[in-house]
Amino acid sequence: MSLALSSPAAQPSRTARLLRRLRGQHAFLVGAGLLVLIALLAVFAPLLAPHDPYLQNLAQRTIPPVWYAKGSWVHPLGTDQLGRDYLSRLLYGARISLLIGVSVVIIAGLIGTTMGLLAGYFGGRMDMAMTFIVTTRLSLPVILVALAVVAMVGGSLWIVILVLGLLKWDRFAVVMRSATQQVRSQDYVAAARAAGASTAHIVLREVLPNIAPQLIVVATLEAASAILLEAALSFLGLGVQPPLPSWGLMISEAKAYMFFSFWLIAIPGSALALLIFAINLTGDGLRDVISPDGRG
Amino acid sequence: MTDTILDVRGLSVDIATAGGVLHAVRDISLKVERGKTLCVVGESGCGKSMTSLAIMDLLPKGARRSAAALSFAGEDLSRAPGKRFNALRGNRMAMIFQEPMTALNPAYTIGDQLAEPYRLHRGASAAQARDRAVYLLDKVGIASPAERLGQYPHQLSGGLRQRVMIAMALMCEPELLIADEPTTALDVTIQAQILRLLADLQKEFGVAIMLITHDLGVVARIADRVAVMYAGQVVEEGPAAALFSDPRHPYTRGLLDCIPVPGRTARGGRLGAIPGVVPSLVGEVHGCSFRDRCPHARPVCAEDPPAREVDGHRWRCILEKAA
Amino acid sequence: MIAYIVKRLGLALLVALAVSALAFFLIRLSGDVATAIAGEGARQEDLDIIRQTYGLDRPLVVQYLSWLWQTLRGDFGTSIYFKTDVSSLVLAKLPVTLLLGLTSLLFALVISIPLGVLAAVYSNSWIDRLALGVAVVGQALPNFFFALCLVMLFSITLRWLPVSGSSTWLHFVMPTIALGYYVAPAFMRLIRAGMIEVLSADYIRTARAKGLPARTVIFKHALRNAVVPVVALTAVQLGFLLGGSVVIETIFALDGLGYLAYQSITYKDFPVMQVIVLLLSVIYVLLTLASDIANAWLDPRIRVA
Repeated sequence: MSLALSSPAAQPSRTARLLRRLRGQHAFLVGAGLLVLIALLAVFAPLLAPHDPYLQNLAQRTIPPVWYAKGSWVHPLGTDQLGRDYLSRLLYGARISLLIGVSVVIIAGLIGTTMGLLAGYFGGRMDMAMTFIVTTRLSLPVILVALAVVAMVGGSLWIVILVLGLLKWDRFAVVMRSATQQVRSQDYVAAARAAGASTAHIVLREVLPNIAPQLIVVATLEAASAILLEAALSFLGLGVQPPLPSWGLMISEAKAYMFFSFWLIAIPGSALALLIFAINLTGDGLRDVISPDGRG
Repeated sequence: MTDTILDVRGLSVDIATAGGVLHAVRDISLKVERGKTLCVVGESGCGKSMTSLAIMDLLPKGARRSAAALSFAGEDLSRAPGKRFNALRGNRMAMIFQEPMTALNPAYTIGDQLAEPYRLHRGASAAQARDRAVYLLDKVGIASPAERLGQYPHQLSGGLRQRVMIAMALMCEPELLIADEPTTALDVTIQAQILRLLADLQKEFGVAIMLITHDLGVVARIADRVAVMYAGQVVEEGPAAALFSDPRHPYTRGLLDCIPVPGRTARGGRLGAIPGVVPSLVGEVHGCSFRDRCPHARPVCAEDPPAREVDGHRWRCILEKAA
Repeated sequence: MIAYIVKRLGLALLVALAVSALAFFLIRLSGDVATAIAGEGARQEDLDIIRQTYGLDRPLVVQYLSWLWQTLRGDFGTSIYFKTDVSSLVLAKLPVTLLLGLTSLLFALVISIPLGVLAAVYSNSWIDRLALGVAVVGQALPNFFFALCLVMLFSITLRWLPVSGSSTWLHFVMPTIALGYYVAPAFMRLIRAGMIEVLSADYIRTARAKGLPARTVIFKHALRNAVVPVVALTAVQLGFLLGGSVVIETIFALDGLGYLAYQSITYKDFPVMQVIVLLLSVIYVLLTLASDIANAWLDPRIRVA
């Protein structure tokens, strides 16, 4: 047994070790489980939704969910002010939120990691320039700039994604920069350089894989923040446009009915909170595993 | 008034760890006489720091103290509440630590931190505390003490900070000063100065000192009595002269062989080293814990060794005389 | 210290300049301003007249420089929708937003400092878990949803607080809670982590060895050191608060800068938009500048070097 353990071939890989540590993290398991569940619901929304989310039926407006006396299983979560099935809209809404989260993170991640890599790897003026750009970007109030640009260009799902993606790269850049600086000073990078590897090769093959875990953590946090921002923009009427079932937009449209039908707000609001909760829990769990000492 | 300022009997410290309960200190007994110096020696990890922290009721979270008796100036503190210790600490018993670089709060001036215990325990005014601080900074050999009061810890060197720590410990004229490896983190020349300072201060103020160290050279110079700790136990304890001239426990002898003695160690001769490692103290521990490294070990050492005593010189070993 | 401040001031100036350019070009390049003023489907002649009156036919860079020059002199132009002087408009609303920012920050600190400290002192106890729960919920709740829940509870169900407006202090209660709770989790986590780290420091043991009572050790010796990073976070969070005020002021029709920003955005009132973006950015720049200086001052290792 001890022989098998000490032979290098039998040593668990880095990934396997991470996975094993993750399994001990209850919070992470709950978060990731919830996240996978929501993602499945979103992907299979066309199969799961009991009705067409856009089909209006003015005769069946604001039917309460099934747990109210007037509710029924025909519309488990009731109908909205235009008689559309609320469960179906909720399921399709998950697609919008997840699409926003993923797309914004991809755009912002590409911009931010590139900037951070360049600044961290080359240092000097490149680093000073990036620090200045990041400082400037941080000074801009994201929500206000996003609102203004969307208002001038005209709101749509893709505009929102693009605007948020172009605004939310700062944390990627900062994390990537410091991580690259750390990795750069390590032996194996010096070894690669001594072995005659090109800069691009070192960056892509040696630096990037080592920073991947931290990047995933930033990605989860930024995805949550992007989803919340989209919801806020749509809530203010300057994000995703009707009749798309964005959760923020659903809350906005139901605002006038909150006095009598608060569930119209509570249901998408809770869905949003649950999704953010799941993402945050996953991200925090990952962070604890990557740096077990750096709790809190 | 008794002559014994500190009388510890049957002291144990257990630390809860992920791997089980670590018995860091196991049933030890110690005495410090008024105005005298007890040196506690041993390798790192032998429980000597835990012993001092347990006496001061400063154990970290997760560490638990139990003692048959913990008498300070005749008062048994083994079951005293934290409040009682608060009233004694910094007042009648004081402590200085190993790391002078980090033992002072970076956010407050030296003067602030010096004044704190004096104002707390003596109800002194700011001006009185200031005067006392200046007096003691001068006593511990700090030049222009009045100006130092306004400085922050980061402006002082390690040696100066340890002097400040000593002055701070002496603010309320304690009867007992526990010094946990006070010179380990310092340069060799500074080490000698600090030790001389401690000895001088003891003469002047009559404070009893319990000095924790792993440096036998230090012990030889200032100890009245010596306690040798190994794996959480006191394996030998006695008057310094007797212990150095006639060590009874094989571990003590091993330690003594490890230090060069001018005139006794041959030039170019090999210094002794004790082979082997300290046993784990997690879980149940039985028998003599030194037996794995002891040149005189026998099967009977797997049982707890007998406690022996001759003229106030105590040791725990199957051997009665040095072999 | 002086050299540090001068250097930091220079950076702040440069950032402010860059921000002014962004505030101007982002909004200008996002859409045609003349169309925004005249409305969709306006005739070409009308658009040309508008371009001439507002000087929009000049090159964009020239427009930016003249706008910057006027802004620096305190002339923020005229609002297209409100038809009044932008500077007096903005100055009238600014106090409400600053007041809301301060009360929210205060609210956030009042709940996060005690909870963060207790969570650190009694880590892994029920109070630690409670604090974690409060933080996790606060981070997951969208602030506009939380605001609507408050309205439902305090205005509709309990009828304690007015739904909208800004005439009395009662109008500030719900916006303060909504906005304060939004930024509190970050403080709580930072304070908890900082306190846990500081409480295990050697100087805390020294403080205990002096016989100081627990509250002096925790509040004088530990919190004083754990609070240093909180100052830096405060500036960042105040920036968040100002951004969040757009959403919260709009919900509660609280007549501040955030609500004005929302109105100007919906009416495409670009002179007002530009000035508010610039103003909030410059406030943020000043806040971080102040916090960096405060940080240097709080840490004697930097202050007395």
